[in-house]
Amino acid sequence: MRVFQRLARGRRRAWRHGFYLGLVLFGLWLLLSGSFKPLLLGLGFLSTLLVVYIALRMDVADHEGRSIHINVFRPVGFWVWLVGQIVRANLHVTYRVLHPRLPISPEVFHVRASQDSELGRVTYANSVTLTPGTIAIDLQGNELEIHALDREAVEAMVGHKDSRAAALDL
Amino acid sequence: MFSAAIIAIFITMALTLARALLGPTVYDRLLAVNSFGTLTVLLIAVHGFLMGRPAFLDIALVYALISFIGTIAVLKFFEYGDLGPGERVSFDEEQE
Amino acid sequence: MMLETVREGLSWACLLSGGFFLVAGGIGMLRLPDFYTRMHPAGVIDTMGAGLILLGLMIQAGFSLVTVKLLLIALFLLFTSPTAVHALAKAARHGGLEPLLVNTEENDE
Repeated sequence: MRVFQRLARGRRRAWRHGFYLGLVLFGLWLLLSGSFKPLLLGLGFLSTLLVVYIALRMDVADHEGRSIHINVFRPVGFWVWLVGQIVRANLHVTYRVLHPRLPISPEVFHVRASQDSELGRVTYANSVTLTPGTIAIDLQGNELEIHALDREAVEAMVGHKDSRAAALDL
Repeated sequence: MFSAAIIAIFITMALTLARALLGPTVYDRLLAVNSFGTLTVLLIAVHGFLMGRPAFLDIALVYALISFIGTIAVLKFFEYGDLGPGERVSFDEEQE
Repeated sequence: MMLETVREGLSWACLLSGGFFLVAGGIGMLRLPDFYTRMHPAGVIDTMGAGLILLGLMIQAGFSLVTVKLLLIALFLLFTSPTAVHALAKAARHGGLEPLLVNTEENDE
């Protein structure tokens, strides 16, 4: 019953967070069900309450409370650029894989991530992993360990992607 | 044209399944099973279109959720030997 | 009428090339020499193959609830795939699996 204690202790952040979470979840329910019968709306409301209760009880995202307030449209340039990079890297990896002589030279790199915030570094590491040809194995502090299919795959994008994600710095 | 996509998905499923059976380490098998999960999601979605019943998409969505959690759960099981809270997780509720 | 043909053609192209990238990824997972290199074709399956096939289905569906659901599936795959692959790589590294670093053949100088 820690949830009720926490709520009773007047933690306004918990209330506000639960409210926003519930709003998003109920919107998702409406979107997915696409039906407005009272029964389904009621079931959706109940499940929303249940999930909000569980989320508050687990105390998830209380510390990362800003995750809801991120402006999704600011980094739109970054997303577009990332999609372009993913397409390019896919063609590169596919060519290497289908080539009869299998011209790969796997390497492990260490790269310094220049983002200040944790979220920025995680975004950077995830976009490195999402691009085929490079995979972030480990992230400790600022040090990023990357496994690459060949050197070209790294050099074509790592420094560039770092500065992109730094400009983003959520 | 949906059948062409389905055939491609089946071929890839066979290839990843071969890797899952061959794979020397447990990580190879997990990687193959993870890809197999993605392929299953695609198969359900395309099959829904082929049959003209887009309601299949809800199943695909749920399968995507379950497949991800399954991979993480099996991985955790192999790393720590059980599914309980591992050594990295700590509940700091009492300290607040 | 014309627009319909263009849409069909685009959808065709997306589905077929998506299928091609899927099969290429599958072949790569069988061909490449060790676990760490095999993660890269798995990424091809998760990003390019799945993305193109879902895009083809979206073009087929037009503007509707179905497209929103397909978009949700695509977004979900794009968010979970790096997480799962990174968790696998990290677990393999901590489990003591060493990556194969020198290729069997020297292709550049």
